[in-house]
Amino acid sequence: MLEHDVLVVGAGLAGMRAAIEAQRAGVNVAIVTKVHPVRSHSNAAQGGINAALEEEDSWESHAFDTVKGSDYLGDQDAIEIMCREAPQDIIDLENMGVIFNRDEHGRLGSRNFGGASFARTYFVADYTGQAILHVMFEQLMKAGLRIYEEWFVTRLLVEDGRCVGVVALDIRTGRFHVIRAKATILCTGGLGRVYEPSTNALIVTGDGMALAYRAGAPLMDMEMVQYHPTTLKGSGILITEAARGEGAYLINALGERFMANPRYKAQNKMELASRDVVSRAEQIEIDEGRGVDGCVLLDCRHLGRDLILTRLPYIRDLALDVLNIDIIEQPLPVRPGMHYQMGGIKTDVHGATCIPGLYAAGECACVSVHGGNRLGANSLLETVVFGRRSGRAASEYARETSFAAINEEAIVADEEARVRELFNRPQNGDRTAKLRWEMATTMDKYVGIFRDRAGLQTAIEKIRELKERYCRLPLDDHGRVFNTDLVFHYELGFMLDCAETIAVSALHREESRGAHWRTDFPQRDDERWLRHILIFRGPDGPRIDYLPVTITRWQPQVRVY
Amino acid sequence: MQATLKVRRYTPEAAAGDGSPREPQYQTYTLDVPDYFTVLDALIKIREEIDGTLAVRCSCRAAVCGSCAMRINGQSRLACKTKLIAIAPQGQTVTVEPMANMPVLKDLVVDMEPFWAKIRAVQPWLQPTGPKPEREYIVPNEAMLGLNGVMACIMCGACVSACTVLEIDQNFLGPAALAKAYRFVHDPRDGKTRERLAELNKYGGIWDCTHCFECVTACPKGVAPMDRILELRHDAVTHGFTNTNGARHAEAFTELVRHSGWLDENRLPVQSVGLFNIKELVQLMPVGLRMLIHRKMPPIIHRPIPGIENVRRLFAKFSHE
Repeated sequence: MLEHDVLVVGAGLAGMRAAIEAQRAGVNVAIVTKVHPVRSHSNAAQGGINAALEEEDSWESHAFDTVKGSDYLGDQDAIEIMCREAPQDIIDLENMGVIFNRDEHGRLGSRNFGGASFARTYFVADYTGQAILHVMFEQLMKAGLRIYEEWFVTRLLVEDGRCVGVVALDIRTGRFHVIRAKATILCTGGLGRVYEPSTNALIVTGDGMALAYRAGAPLMDMEMVQYHPTTLKGSGILITEAARGEGAYLINALGERFMANPRYKAQNKMELASRDVVSRAEQIEIDEGRGVDGCVLLDCRHLGRDLILTRLPYIRDLALDVLNIDIIEQPLPVRPGMHYQMGGIKTDVHGATCIPGLYAAGECACVSVHGGNRLGANSLLETVVFGRRSGRAASEYARETSFAAINEEAIVADEEARVRELFNRPQNGDRTAKLRWEMATTMDKYVGIFRDRAGLQTAIEKIRELKERYCRLPLDDHGRVFNTDLVFHYELGFMLDCAETIAVSALHREESRGAHWRTDFPQRDDERWLRHILIFRGPDGPRIDYLPVTITRWQPQVRVY
Repeated sequence: MQATLKVRRYTPEAAAGDGSPREPQYQTYTLDVPDYFTVLDALIKIREEIDGTLAVRCSCRAAVCGSCAMRINGQSRLACKTKLIAIAPQGQTVTVEPMANMPVLKDLVVDMEPFWAKIRAVQPWLQPTGPKPEREYIVPNEAMLGLNGVMACIMCGACVSACTVLEIDQNFLGPAALAKAYRFVHDPRDGKTRERLAELNKYGGIWDCTHCFECVTACPKGVAPMDRILELRHDAVTHGFTNTNGARHAEAFTELVRHSGWLDENRLPVQSVGLFNIKELVQLMPVGLRMLIHRKMPPIIHRPIPGIENVRRLFAKFSHE
């Protein structure tokens, strides 16, 4: 049987960082990932990574901005850790070889970003995620770790209440394997494909969240789904916040910089208010008829050719490719689009979940450092800080644990039987992509920027109908080698679970906070709802519980930008 | 608009009948698509609505994950960056095939392990030699901006698929690995510049590129691997690595043209391998004999072209600059 002290599921930034740390801690570690590491979605982070590195800045300021950005739902002990440790993690990345932008003295140079009171976003042009991901992969090649590449985890193995490994499908051969592990770290990223449109890549299907949820771990803050203010209509492709960080304007059909309107409570920061605030404002402009073909306009023209070519080259190419618009000469139509899941598998500050032996880090985890709304450039930071911390903690746990007894043959036979049942299903007109589309457009319509009770109930009913249909959903491909049809089938099952937890949590939270805006409860209600919603998988559907928010030094205030 | 895609299909799994592996075959799909569709959008639509057995790797749809490189009408490119309307404005049939120079696993999915093995071969991680700095390395922004272009590489493999040298010699490191090597040779924080250049000088390295420009055309991110390879050659020579066939070839080429205004093809190979390199000179003999038999031998007496003094003036001018 394959076995490792620590097994990391997912090879984006959090996963690779966790694996490298576990190896440094001296345990046997391997990575299992459904795509090659450099195909991971960490690639898509464009703008940068936050840290209070300058003397005039302070980790407290970074932490306060993060707390305020979270609409006070972030846990302040976790936020303090992240912001204190951020500078060293950025330096580590630089020392590994990331080609960060420099200032005139050759030191790290930063840019402005949304919701931040100091220019503390460090970057590589407008492809920071890619630049960091590839350097992390360089470190992984140097480390020479075992990577189960293009293996898809279908199930976590839980024995006597602890996680003892995974079952995975080798996509290239179509065979199942058990990988036994003393500790398993989920670093599977977000769940963007639960929504349509979304900025997220096709592989972002909530696998880790659903795996943990099915294994009995609670998810937290699932109702907090971020809509990014600048995405392209149709495809939902992301246009970095760095465009606004560098000074671009948002204008409506009347040519007004609408963020100046006092009703949006962002007269100081304007376009650089936090994302929930800007996305809502855009949606109101569009809904009230001041949009341009369902969009508002991102105007970069005054930034000048030189700045655009050196600091925003990738999005310029993207806009040219996709819409044939040159941002040097024309404003770009953009709209809010689903981008990020603040919630996820509930963990402590060491990445430990409620199941011994199971850890999580990165977007699939909820520590919670983002609370109701994540600040731009805090997501890359979260991956390296908590990837590192979970790698360390999982190694320590593994050192004091022994391998569990596992009957691999029985487990594999069980998975094989399930696949045979799938292959035997008769065609009935339903298709995986059709179900996903129905789910994802429902989520965008009813569980998007603006929500209310009736809409959320409609969404929940729809998801349950889709879950029924999923049980009879047939496959086209009955082969074993590189059967992506089968992989999409598993992914859809994961996404339906995630969708249900989001909608149920959103229905439950009767207030408006951060990214969660209820038109039937338009006020923040600290008395009732300054707490996290935990959601467990129960025999008859999701079960809700609560957890108080950890407040260390910043009491909730009215949130104005 | 209507799109017609002719897709090369292959699966290694035994056919229902005789148990022998299936031969690759082409399958044509016709579908209605919006004008803005890329080749990838069309392949996804086929997979989702028509034929779920079609295997293709893809993820970001925004030219950053590097999953969807393939040959489209014979050209290696990213499917997500190739608009149908640009290559088939009248709805012509678009031929879609897996990348070349890599074994096919299924349909459009290739085994990229040979690709990664070559990337690993250049030891692609930063190797500083001095003491670790207290904070970040202090380096000019220009040095970092200079690496921006090559760090933009997404490891999609399009350049390797297009490489005409790899087609005949799998030992060549290839454009992607050499561009990756460039990234470290030109990183002021790396301390192994000389060692790296020494490795890159060997057989299969920088001197084996034939400047066909295919990788430059194929690269979807403007990395221009061939240009990087030429710069690495320059770096190698300036670091004193002149005792190689490649360096001698470049040197001989220049000297012969300076001398007569055109290439003396009899002397070029001899000077490239070196006048005292008996072993390789002997190896050249059969080529010379075949040239004689086929009457392809250049004239033995090589005369300067009329106006040679102008050529020499040009050389003088540029060697001053």
